[in-house]
Amino acid sequence: MGGGAVTESIDTRHGVILYLEDVSVSFSGYKALNKLSLAVDDGELRCLIGPNGAGKTTLMDVITGKSRPDEGSVFLGQDINLLQHDEATIARLGVGRKFQKPSVFPRQSVRDNLALAVQGHRSPWEALWYRPSSADSDRVASLLETVGLNAVAHQLAGGLSHGQKQWLEIGMLLAQEPLLLLIDEPVAGMTQQETERTAELLQSLVPQRSVVVVEHDMVFVRSIARKVTVLHEGAVLMEGSIDEVQSDSRVREVYLGEAC
Amino acid sequence: MFFQSAFARERAYQFTVGTLLCLAIGVPLSNLLLPQESSFALSSYSVSLLGKYLCYALLALALDLVWGYAGLLSLGHGAFFALGGYAMGMYLMRQIGSRGVYGDPELPDFMVFLDWQELPWYWLGFDHFSFALLMALLVPGALALLFGWLAFRSRVTGVYFSIMTQAMTFALMLAFFRNEMGFGGNNGLTDFKDILGFDMQSDAVRCGLFVATALLLLASYMGCRWMLATRFGSVVLALRDAESRVRFLGYSVASYKLVVFVVSAMLAGLAGALYVPQVGIINPGEFQPLNSIEIAIWVAVGGRGTLHGAMLGAVIIAAAETMLTARLPELWLFALGALFLLVTLLLPQGVAGLLGGRRSD
Ligand SMILES: Nc1ncnc2c1ncn2[C@@H]1O[C@H](COP(=O)(O)OP(=O)(O)OP(=O)(O)O)[C@@H](O)[C@H]1O
Ligand SMILES: [Mg+2]
Repeated sequence: MGGGAVTESIDTRHGVILYLEDVSVSFSGYKALNKLSLAVDDGELRCLIGPNGAGKTTLMDVITGKSRPDEGSVFLGQDINLLQHDEATIARLGVGRKFQKPSVFPRQSVRDNLALAVQGHRSPWEALWYRPSSADSDRVASLLETVGLNAVAHQLAGGLSHGQKQWLEIGMLLAQEPLLLLIDEPVAGMTQQETERTAELLQSLVPQRSVVVVEHDMVFVRSIARKVTVLHEGAVLMEGSIDEVQSDSRVREVYLGEAC
Repeated sequence: MFFQSAFARERAYQFTVGTLLCLAIGVPLSNLLLPQESSFALSSYSVSLLGKYLCYALLALALDLVWGYAGLLSLGHGAFFALGGYAMGMYLMRQIGSRGVYGDPELPDFMVFLDWQELPWYWLGFDHFSFALLMALLVPGALALLFGWLAFRSRVTGVYFSIMTQAMTFALMLAFFRNEMGFGGNNGLTDFKDILGFDMQSDAVRCGLFVATALLLLASYMGCRWMLATRFGSVVLALRDAESRVRFLGYSVASYKLVVFVVSAMLAGLAGALYVPQVGIINPGEFQPLNSIEIAIWVAVGGRGTLHGAMLGAVIIAAAETMLTARLPELWLFALGALFLLVTLLLPQGVAGLLGGRRSD
């Protein structure tokens, strides 16, 4: 426990960090995910797009243990069956997640939010006797720098703007040192400048880590994506480069259909 | 939203510690040393009454830990309190020895009355004070562990958790009313004579109990404060506001809740164990659901989420109850309800918010 090193237990020898096969999830009869299959390569930055209700958030729920699929399999690396673990364990295995609606600890300072996320010391007993090492303090300081919240480090997180909360949550995610980051709509509520910085930040994470980003903002997607997966009605509609996706007639239909 | 500044918290801490120390020293002095005519002299009755208030304060502290910090509204803390009280009451019953009405050297009166021939196994060991005190902590702790494990594992929260805890205390009340349980039925345990071999009616013992209560309350308060200042405390505070964020950071939310719930139940048990020798009786009425609701009202009135506020709330309401029930007993519940409404509507931070005053944000 402790230390700042990236968790090293995920077996990615075959180059795949996340693998889903035929995953279905239904909510009282409605299929939010319908036999969805997806593979994310180790070190990849993948964008996930799709109209509202396509199942993007549900997909993240399944990967992180929040929802149990009715059928299908979900593997982290070669041999970790994520369906056998709960949320906290999956997080400790190295999967970090940012929620669609930013979720931070409002009554604690920005610094304390990050400190809580710093890797290690997760059991109640360890937490009771935890004293931040100088490495941990340095880590928090450098994260504050990275997410540009130095000036508000001592403010309560509840008072931050929407964009700042997004940044803080991304910072907390990084503090966990995950190998796979699932990021749901990171730039909602951000200014143009903030959006650009987010794009830079996400790009700087790969290929040491792997990142899956859900985003509606196509300009943003274009600025970061190498490979885009389009979800529609709980299944993968197509996969390809941003240009391929944007010129695809089925994708257009899905988005246009949604627009009217 | 209001937040208490670190400065206001520090001041409240010093004030609370100072007050408890002054009470621990001043109350016995004024009772034992001052002549009874002096206007500063406290009667033995008052000493026990103050001791009772401090037990309530400890109970409020326990509830605030789970409700104010972890966000779990337990409406069953009266049960942990009563179990602690019964453990101490069993020791005090054993201290009576052969001085009971029936003069049986071994069995308490109510068992003789029921024609029991020997002490049930679960009464064994209770002739030792330290064993009884240990049980006053362990039995509530074990119940909280079992109950909490079932509840938190299946993610029972909010109002469902509150209702389940009410059901728990109600079930225990029914059980303790039964004579065959071996805890004295609806009369409970009473007519105590000695504690640790000393006459419980003596001034010195009453003062001793008061000092013990004040110091244990102080120690519990400081312990809670320490716990909340650690990373453990930060996690607890965080899970009240954003439980799933905590979970997705890799913390096992259920274990944290369980630890807080068990610690809190043990503090409530301790409060019960200190309460019984000072009031001289414990009966199943202590399990009634209304008692547990009243504890929540103390905490809400005093200031949920501030340890000193919860303690203050308990003392204020208990003192008001003493005064009002002496004159207009039938009005008490209405007054309590009105007070609760007023505070919830006008003082969301409770009395502590009024005193702390300063907002940092
Ligand atoms: N807990 C739930 N109970 C019932 N239905 C749900 C639940 N969660 C999701 N759904 C439904 O499943 C479908 C997929 O939802 P999901 O949140 O995954 O979509 P999304 O692609 O993230 O959409 P958005 O772009 O709006 O965030 C929606 O129709 C939604 O109403
Ligand atoms: Mg979504």
